[in-house]
Amino acid sequence: MSADRFKILTGNDLLTGDVTWWTGSGWSTAVNDAAPLTDDGAAIITAEERAQRVVSAYVIDATRDAQGIRPAHIKDRVRALGPTVRLDLSHRPHDPAATAWIA
Amino acid sequence: MYQYDTHDQAMVDARVAEFSDQVARRLSGALAEDQFRPLRLKNGLYLQLHAYMLRVAVPYGTLNARQMRMLGDIADKYDRGYGHFTTRQNIQYNWIKLEDAPAILADLASVGMHAIQTSGNCIRNTTADHFAGAAADEVADPRPYAELLRQWSTFHPEFDYLPRKFKVAIIGSDVDRAAMKLHDIGIQVVTNAAGEEGLRIHVGGGMGRTPMIAPVIRDWLSPLQMVSYLEACLRVYNRYGRRDNKYKARIKILVHEIGAEEYRRQVEQEFAHILTLGLEPPPAELARIKAQFADPAFDRAAPVAIDLSDPDFALWVDQNVHAHKVQGYGIVTISLKPTGGIPGDASADQIRLMADLARDFSFDELRVTHAQNIVLPHVKRTDLHAIWQRLDEAGLATPNLDLIGDIIACPGLDYCSLANARSIPLAQKISARFADVERQRDLGELKLKISGCINACGHHHAGHIGILGVDRKGVENYQLLFGGSEGADTSLGSIIGPGFSEDGIVDAIERATQVYVAQRTDGERFLDTYRRIGTAPFKDAIYG
Amino acid sequence: MAETLIRLRDDSASTAPVVAFADLSDTANALAVRLMPGDDARALLPLLGQLELVEVAFPGFNDGRGYSAASILRESGYTGELRAVGDVLVDQISHYHRVGFDAFAPDQPITRAAIDTAIATWPEVYQRTVDGRPAIWALRHG
Repeated sequence: MSADRFKILTGNDLLTGDVTWWTGSGWSTAVNDAAPLTDDGAAIITAEERAQRVVSAYVIDATRDAQGIRPAHIKDRVRALGPTVRLDLSHRPHDPAATAWIA
Repeated sequence: MYQYDTHDQAMVDARVAEFSDQVARRLSGALAEDQFRPLRLKNGLYLQLHAYMLRVAVPYGTLNARQMRMLGDIADKYDRGYGHFTTRQNIQYNWIKLEDAPAILADLASVGMHAIQTSGNCIRNTTADHFAGAAADEVADPRPYAELLRQWSTFHPEFDYLPRKFKVAIIGSDVDRAAMKLHDIGIQVVTNAAGEEGLRIHVGGGMGRTPMIAPVIRDWLSPLQMVSYLEACLRVYNRYGRRDNKYKARIKILVHEIGAEEYRRQVEQEFAHILTLGLEPPPAELARIKAQFADPAFDRAAPVAIDLSDPDFALWVDQNVHAHKVQGYGIVTISLKPTGGIPGDASADQIRLMADLARDFSFDELRVTHAQNIVLPHVKRTDLHAIWQRLDEAGLATPNLDLIGDIIACPGLDYCSLANARSIPLAQKISARFADVERQRDLGELKLKISGCINACGHHHAGHIGILGVDRKGVENYQLLFGGSEGADTSLGSIIGPGFSEDGIVDAIERATQVYVAQRTDGERFLDTYRRIGTAPFKDAIYG
Repeated sequence: MAETLIRLRDDSASTAPVVAFADLSDTANALAVRLMPGDDARALLPLLGQLELVEVAFPGFNDGRGYSAASILRESGYTGELRAVGDVLVDQISHYHRVGFDAFAPDQPITRAAIDTAIATWPEVYQRTVDGRPAIWALRHG
């Protein structure tokens, strides 16, 4: 299990508040664009927060599953998807399996 | 209701200017996030799971049709077409952009509204009985005092960085509809034998991590000394409330640790000093405010009898319309708890419809309840049918007030960054399981309250049935509590046993209702039966 | 230019050594004293006649005890300099001023112009405090 785990970096866009994921060179709103961190996330956080591109950034654990990148903690899976009670407003609006992916 | 004068308007306008400047400095990099965060929180702007969230104040839950319409328009213009009414009688929007926040505050200010002190370690929006000024059982209207407190607490320079947040609730009836004793300060307007109004002051209640019922700190206070007395209460708290541990920083911990007697002594000493300073607004100010809460022009000859031959309408009237102090009128509660729906959510169109109904049928007034419903406080009984039809068309006529389907739920892990588990899906499942209204009515008054974390925004300690969501090794788990109440018989629920999965807890609740039905005596509510027979029969049925 | 001491008083600043509150008992003739957030401002009341400077420390801007300390000193008639020291930020200046501070020694320098703008944030005020501004209720009722 642990061999499959890797670190990714997430935060919110300062202006819009959108959940964003570090792609290695910038930020994306799609969790599947997240790039596994190869070095210290703290330095990226400091630089990106200073550049006003992200707020409240932090490093999380993730794995890969059939649907792509899966954040280890449920809170970050909810962030990756959107509210499970309003799938119409989520990143997978037409996917009935989306809720099952959270739990 | 209260109308802003030029002074009140100048204050909210200045706030818009101040916050616009703060946002601009944040975006330019002049203000660091650590410094900006408390400033945006004092304007109700949070960073939640998916976006910024803006919490707008509805002072003591009262607003007019124009203000309500603006809340709907903001949902369309700046959010995703809906808003969420909260257990603090406020409304919050879930999808706000930081750069839009100043414009939203400006739109709010144009109708005398704001987001001032809807978060942060300061005195929050004062809440009140949502039937104030309308209830048949009312001794005095608490809203003039709430408005006096709104003004006193707004930008109070000494109390903007308290140890923790500070919530005041005020009621004017023995029937407590505001969970008054579960607030940092709870005030009840009472009258003495001579018919004079006085205030009974409770201090040190709260829910959250350490729920406590507020003891009476002063049995009788002249209303003309309210501001001075609260100034004393707050000063003692600001100076001596714990700051070493945020979980022990609420005033309830201070009152508990030093004892109600010692807290009272310190407050009285400070009060005596403060009375020498002349901080109290003059009687003319209270009179000015009271005049604005005078009764609207009720038709004292309005008929009581109405045609109840439509059974669906009759059901709704029986369940959702309360006795009004004036014959021929009723208090309408619009349930925001459709079967299987999201408690407290309303679409922009629904919000505007409720605004129209208030304008046309309720003397231009609405209330937001702490149970996340909307009230039309002054409705002629002869208008009820027309209102019901329009609500029904909009999906707002669910006849489930105070029944098991009328669930309080915090936003939970679907939206909130503090949550450990989702609340709303659970509310939806329970609501669907008990969809049959006749079954709900047979179960009678049953207040079910769900919080997605220990902070207890869903008031789970005060539910006849309470549910607390927890994180058990990364999996959502739910604890079940019985025996809480937020009414005049305030009590705190207790956890009955090991936690459940989402489906498990719906089954457990169903079994608990079966125990109640089997054991109840005439007229007993679920809560009464539970208090009489205790936990054991319920545990046997649920875990046995 | 941003400064590290801004005084809104006309007199000259005290040059007396600033005594920590905890050491007051050893220094009966102290002219200047510094209060930490947990110190009891009322313990200074017997000395108000001799003090020319009271520094109130704000190790973090979000510890609000110093606001009550300032109010208490001014309510008791203290007229000497009342200086907010430490994590003093421009967004708190208006409130500091309302509870009686008339000097600021911020860790991060602030310009005098920014201080003046901050003090003018609220065209009117709802509460009567030691700053002497009329509360809105007084404006309404004369």
